[in-house]
Amino acid sequence: MALKASELEVGMTHSATLVEDLKRTQLVQYAGASGDYNPLHTDDLYTREVAGYPSVFAHGMLTMGMTGAMLTDYVGDGRLTKFGVRFTAQVWPGDDLKAIATVQALREEAGVRLVDLAVSTRNQDDVEVLSGTATARVDP
Amino acid sequence: MAVDRFPIEASHIMMFARSVGDANPVYHDAEYAAKTEPGSIIAPPTFMQASAQFDPGYSLRPKIGQPWFGSGKEPTGVKKGSSSGGGGNQGTLHAEQHFEYHRHPRVGDVLTATVKPGKTWEKEGRRGGKLIFSETVTEYRDQHGELLVTARGVGVRTERPATQ
Repeated sequence: MALKASELEVGMTHSATLVEDLKRTQLVQYAGASGDYNPLHTDDLYTREVAGYPSVFAHGMLTMGMTGAMLTDYVGDGRLTKFGVRFTAQVWPGDDLKAIATVQALREEAGVRLVDLAVSTRNQDDVEVLSGTATARVDP
Repeated sequence: MAVDRFPIEASHIMMFARSVGDANPVYHDAEYAAKTEPGSIIAPPTFMQASAQFDPGYSLRPKIGQPWFGSGKEPTGVKKGSSSGGGGNQGTLHAEQHFEYHRHPRVGDVLTATVKPGKTWEKEGRRGGKLIFSETVTEYRDQHGELLVTARGVGVRTERPATQ
């Protein structure tokens, strides 16, 4: 399951489709599980008429959570040591999202082998919605 | 968010993993998880965000008997300009989130979360209007006081709705 440093090279990539045609119900589901009930994500009337957005939009943390699944599927369970992102554009109902991890460096820190990854999530129009980095422990 | 008691529970992890579309059985099948490297059900990478459920003062959850700023009869349950209650931190969006994992929390851990305020800074938005950024650092420790996860979040307050 885990990645092996000996089989990795800088520039290698792993990608996954996170969601196709994101549903409003998934935003409700994320609100319920995370506890973030901000109406901007589930209440269209409030979001259009009070907040001034065209519709509800996804929690940034939902996009990060979906991107995290791509990462852990790649690096293995419990292997991440760091994961950080910037939210660069909003994600709307109906969006398709694809995430890609690119190997940036292979290194050793206090005897632990690590891989540094660049992480990017884009929508159907190739607009980057999330940009970040992650580090994971790898086997020799 | 500061939380005195954040119990890491199997059904909560199952529901959270479902909501982010993560089908990995390490998040819902204890028998499967026992055979993985972590050895038990662990929290998915962004699960610390769900500590909001255990923050009694969390402003983005409707509270029993209190006004709520989402829609009902009207588009919002609070009057414009009213600063008293209603929940929310209207106009604040999540700009960045960073996690550092010292050990991944597992079912049975009982965490505490302590918050240190970080920096604040300002930037001009692309379409004009001031953007005010503020950072918070949250440390999640287990029942033995061991630091499991350090989380750094950056929020941005906008003077007008953000657009792509």
